[in-house]
Amino acid sequence: MGEKVLMKGNEAIAEAAIAAGCRHFFGYPITPQTEVAAYMSKRMPKVDGVYLQAESEVASINMVLGAGAAGVRAMTSTSSPGVSLMSEGISYMAGSDVPALIVNVQRGGPGLGGIQPSQADYFQATRSTGHGDFHLLVFAPSTVQETVDMISDAFDLADKYRMPAMILSDGMLGQMMEPVVLPEPKDTVQDKPWAAKGHNNEREHNVINSLYIQPQTLEDLVKRRYEKYDYIKENEQRAEEYLVDDAEIVIVAYGASARVSRSAVDKARADGIKVGLIRPITLWPFPTKAIDKAAGHAKTFLSVEMSMGQMVDDVRLVVSGRAPVEFYGRTGGMIPTPKEVYEQIVRMNGGDN
Amino acid sequence: MTLNILLAGFGGQGILFAGKVMAYAGMMEGKEISWLPSYGPEMRGGTANCSVCISDDKIGSPLVTNPDVLIAMNLPSLEKFENEVVPGGIIIVDSSIIHKKVERSDIKVIYLDATSVAEENGLKGSANMVLLGRMFKETSFCSYENLEAGLRKSVPAKKANLVDGNLKAIALGMES
Amino acid sequence: MTEIKGGRPHALTKVPFHYCPGCTHGIVHRLVAEVIDELGVEGKTVGVASVGCSVFTYNYFNCDMVQAPHGRAPAVATGIKRARPEAVVFTYQGDGDLAAIGTGETVHAATRGENIVAIFINNAIYGMTGGQMAPTTLPGQVTQTTPYGRDVKTAGNPIRVCEMLSTLDGVALAQRVTVDSVKNVKAAKKAIKKAFQYQMEGRGYSIVEVVSTCPTNWGMAPVDALQWMRDNMLPYYPLGVYKDVGEGSE
Repeated sequence: MGEKVLMKGNEAIAEAAIAAGCRHFFGYPITPQTEVAAYMSKRMPKVDGVYLQAESEVASINMVLGAGAAGVRAMTSTSSPGVSLMSEGISYMAGSDVPALIVNVQRGGPGLGGIQPSQADYFQATRSTGHGDFHLLVFAPSTVQETVDMISDAFDLADKYRMPAMILSDGMLGQMMEPVVLPEPKDTVQDKPWAAKGHNNEREHNVINSLYIQPQTLEDLVKRRYEKYDYIKENEQRAEEYLVDDAEIVIVAYGASARVSRSAVDKARADGIKVGLIRPITLWPFPTKAIDKAAGHAKTFLSVEMSMGQMVDDVRLVVSGRAPVEFYGRTGGMIPTPKEVYEQIVRMNGGDN
Repeated sequence: MTLNILLAGFGGQGILFAGKVMAYAGMMEGKEISWLPSYGPEMRGGTANCSVCISDDKIGSPLVTNPDVLIAMNLPSLEKFENEVVPGGIIIVDSSIIHKKVERSDIKVIYLDATSVAEENGLKGSANMVLLGRMFKETSFCSYENLEAGLRKSVPAKKANLVDGNLKAIALGMES
Repeated sequence: MTEIKGGRPHALTKVPFHYCPGCTHGIVHRLVAEVIDELGVEGKTVGVASVGCSVFTYNYFNCDMVQAPHGRAPAVATGIKRARPEAVVFTYQGDGDLAAIGTGETVHAATRGENIVAIFINNAIYGMTGGQMAPTTLPGQVTQTTPYGRDVKTAGNPIRVCEMLSTLDGVALAQRVTVDSVKNVKAAKKAIKKAFQYQMEGRGYSIVEVVSTCPTNWGMAPVDALQWMRDNMLPYYPLGVYKDVGEGSE
């Protein structure tokens, strides 16, 4: 175990990526994630890595595509409007099976929106971050330590499944400091026989490509990719359950909203209300199993988000009419308070406490 | 025990640094802690504030909206947050800068000439540490050893020469 | 078997080109492949295919290939080169890709002095989509989307890429060539070879612009297309070396 240090979420992302063997970072400044880039610009030269400030998010993601295609662990970091710009490149990466890590430290939208924390990019992250049929692995940390631990997993799974992974953070988690124990650097020299790095006259040429002019060829390929997605859905779901076993009211919340909700759950439990929290850790694959299990006994669900209600759709799909699924959210950079969520719990419990 | 602290003032007064010292001290004490700054245009010459949570339990929301302790280093901050302090809570006012009195009677209000005290002792710019010293005296949120250790952790190696001055400023706050 | 002079370079696969009759892509592909062969770098070369008629280059070059989003080839090449500095990396881009949708990526890769080679096919028209205006379409030139001829008052002016990029410090070589005659083909190959060598010497970004034809979308026979190119394009896009860091310094 390393020493416990206080670190900003954004800086921890950068250090954890380096520990996970990432030596190629391409990015463009945008609040509230800029500390990731600033930290990388300081650290990468000291570990013989590459930090490159691109001319745009469009260029950044394509540099990541190139580096990922060449077989190294590459990443970029941005905030919401930047992901919109990157969505083209992300689609190409998914379509040509290039692994890499994309960090979205979400801020309020739409448009230029604001710079305060938000979770309004859930649809963008989980449905499809660009055109075409595809998914990303999407991880939603709720503490700085979890962010750090997750980065390595995200890289590993991206490599394992040859697909891009996203850390869906937000301005709160990016800006806050918490104690963190950094992981030991790991040796991640991986053999990626599919990579375009020069065939050294030892094999046929590798082609990293997403173009398939014959519809049947493309359908077959996409279907194979969806078989992989099905396997991932079955095997990679992650969620934390907190006081769910006997809960009549189950809150579903991720990231910063989950922290707020947990405080509200504690307060409501002190009042004797049977309420619990399911915190999705993977947003794709969505933790259907945890929610399905809870739907067996919960009387109502409440999705708490920093958006106008996006993840609530996924909760409803899983609950599938077995219980009412309500929503509470703040948006535009507003953060729900534990008190607000507590009041929702009290209301759902049937009145005043 | 959970202590939610809000430090607020102008950018440049060392609000974030004072919060960091508290957070590190809490960590050395073995507590759960979080530190959350305000960010964005408001920090560029405008107001800055910082939420610090120190707790025996896992910390939920790191955003302090109803502080147990408010440290106010300018008038707008005091006016913005004085009514948000929980009943029984504490407000520490830098009365060198803020001349207004707090109207509430359900909280403890401490007026401390932190900026003047620091300057008179050759510690210009260390009002934040004077206020921190007083906050430490009021709450005993950690041992003095851990407070000092927290300070040492918070000061970058390049500026290690500032530790003594900061410790002196903390002592001035504790003696006030 | 006797070696047939003029046989297929090793750096080209055996996949038949899909290009239209008279298209000069085939000649340029061959020149790039010959250079790769002569420098003995096929095993460490990574090519970047762009979007447009030349998108299928990934099928034609025997080296490793990555297909980039439209206009992003310089950024993708940057990522590859930064990940594998020992690799020889080239992009193969048309005028729409390089000088319209990908201008930003091109200018910034060039000004960073990114150690890559751009092979730039300028034929003043969008081929793949069926003959629309390109950034390099000449004033007055009729295309599907300039049916009355390119009116620079409304459609803007063409871009002279080599001239523009030659102002940037990161550029090692900016040269405009064509492949309409034996002499010009030889000069084009020399330029391409120099660009690859500059990359291997770490000298920065090189671009070889090949003024080309598009008989199909110009609506001309191949020979007529070459003459039209000489008469109309070369006056607007003069052949020559616009920047060469090597000159005088070696």
